[in-house]
Amino acid sequence: MSATTAGTAGTALATETATGSPLSSIDRRKRKHEPTYLMMLFPALGLFSLFITIPAIIGMLFSLTNYSGFGAWKFVGLANFASLSGDTTILGSYWFTIYFAVVTTVLVNVVALLLAIALNAKIKFKTTLRAVFFVPMVLSGIVVAYVFKFLLGTSIPAIATSLGWTGGETSLLASPHYAWLGVVLVTAWQAIPGMLIIYLAGLLSIPGEVYEAASLDGANAVRTFRSITLPLMAGYVVINSVLGFKGFLNAYDIIIGLTGGGPGTSTTSIAMSIFTGFQSGDYAYQMANAVVFFLVTIAISLGQLFFMRGRELNL
Amino acid sequence: MTTLTNSTQRQTTPPAKADRRERVNWKLTGILLLCSLSILLPLYVAIIMPFKTDKQAGSSSGFSLPSPLDFGNFKIAWETVGFPKALFFSVVIAIVAVIGSLVVSSMAAFAIVRNWDHKLYRYSYFYLLAAMFIPFPVVALPQVKLTAILHLDNPVGVGLLHILFGISFNVLLYTAFLRSVPFELEESARLDGCSTWVVFRRIILPLLGPMNATVGIFAFLASWNDFMMPSIITANPAQQTLPVVQQLFSNALTTNYNVAFASYLMAMAPTLIVYVFAQRWVMSGVTQGAIK
Repeated sequence: MSATTAGTAGTALATETATGSPLSSIDRRKRKHEPTYLMMLFPALGLFSLFITIPAIIGMLFSLTNYSGFGAWKFVGLANFASLSGDTTILGSYWFTIYFAVVTTVLVNVVALLLAIALNAKIKFKTTLRAVFFVPMVLSGIVVAYVFKFLLGTSIPAIATSLGWTGGETSLLASPHYAWLGVVLVTAWQAIPGMLIIYLAGLLSIPGEVYEAASLDGANAVRTFRSITLPLMAGYVVINSVLGFKGFLNAYDIIIGLTGGGPGTSTTSIAMSIFTGFQSGDYAYQMANAVVFFLVTIAISLGQLFFMRGRELNL
Repeated sequence: MTTLTNSTQRQTTPPAKADRRERVNWKLTGILLLCSLSILLPLYVAIIMPFKTDKQAGSSSGFSLPSPLDFGNFKIAWETVGFPKALFFSVVIAIVAVIGSLVVSSMAAFAIVRNWDHKLYRYSYFYLLAAMFIPFPVVALPQVKLTAILHLDNPVGVGLLHILFGISFNVLLYTAFLRSVPFELEESARLDGCSTWVVFRRIILPLLGPMNATVGIFAFLASWNDFMMPSIITANPAQQTLPVVQQLFSNALTTNYNVAFASYLMAMAPTLIVYVFAQRWVMSGVTQGAIK
């Protein structure tokens, strides 16, 4: 699912992180809980357990077998995990995906924050400009990727050739060393609006008096940004970084449309390698890969939260 | 940047003196207009490309205006990818995902908020929230098996999974909103003898209006634009959605860019058109959720 969805819900979290308020019970009256409530909760819990929790547990068990996707199987212990650690293709996909996610998270957050500040300023055509910057949010990732495949692969080389730029005549996406940059660019293009929403909402939560006081004290633009905007927005930065990073680790749609994982396997993401579990008949092996991916996702998310927590400022 | 951030905050404060001091920041407007080209230029190419002839599409960098105009590409693309069928399945999945998200998440959130002092509900909340950290690829392989066994390896199953992968965000949004709804609002109805169901339908659902819009818009966009889940879960290629058919027929499409772009533009058109006309409404719905 896109980072956009992650985004909005994220703010709900962001407000909780930012204000530091505990999840307090609003309803102080202690009433007996009725069966009706149970019926209201059940669809969510039941469907969720059936379609996510149970498959997750079964999948994890199968990562300890030699199951190929069909037919007989037996337990093989941690053999799959042992072979994973020596598989250069898999390790390459981890290296690419994490590297890509780090660069994209930083790029998207920086651009979205600056854009939010600019779009919140006293500018002309404010509504129109905002509307334009939000357009990528309503488009499908794979279609966007196909459009950019043409732009990066055909348009830019054609323009570069006619202008005589050296180095620009070949497609960025054809280079094993730089194709990942194309993936970063297109992913960022699509993910910026989602984070922009959160940052715009965050800016609205900063009272104007704070800026007034800063300008009376003679703070310049850079100082105001560093000492006021950034610390007060830190809760939003944390949420955008954690959810954004988590979303980028799942990179799939845009890569399929843009490079198909190539050239070679230089832009093959973890999700892409897991999905080969069916075609190549090593279901159990790719399930082990999925388990490792899950642990990596959790570890990185917790690490980010731990590292970034307590850095935000409250008014 | 001081002045920039300053000004909007001031807009809400009445004194005219402060307003007069702030002038339109033309330099920044110019920079933003330039930046907006990064959005508009790709869109421009995507929109003009389908109107070009094979010859023009194959020879230029893509930025030149189409001359002569060729409207035939849409017809070819329409037939190549089977546009009406793909559109139909996209709509089916989106309807299941949107209605399901609204109903399942709002009911669960209501039950959770009203019974927060109950362990079962509190733990359920964190259980559902934990899904935020289970990415689809992790459970994809066993899910393909499961949906095949249950005969849900079709658009309905994909819609169902869209509901479930959005559930943590939606429950989070709804509970955050419902926490601010005072119990007194429903108390009088309860004294009049209304059941919990009636309270939920008559009082809570109307109150959730703006939140429903937010959840609905996001559930729709996530579902409509998704490529990963339908391409993995749906077994029959003849039941694929608009984004997926672009990939399924990519070999047939790459021979002529104008035909390929006609197909891309038709795939983008529904959300793009709705966004252009309902832009204000969409934006307010979206920011509503962000502020909550």
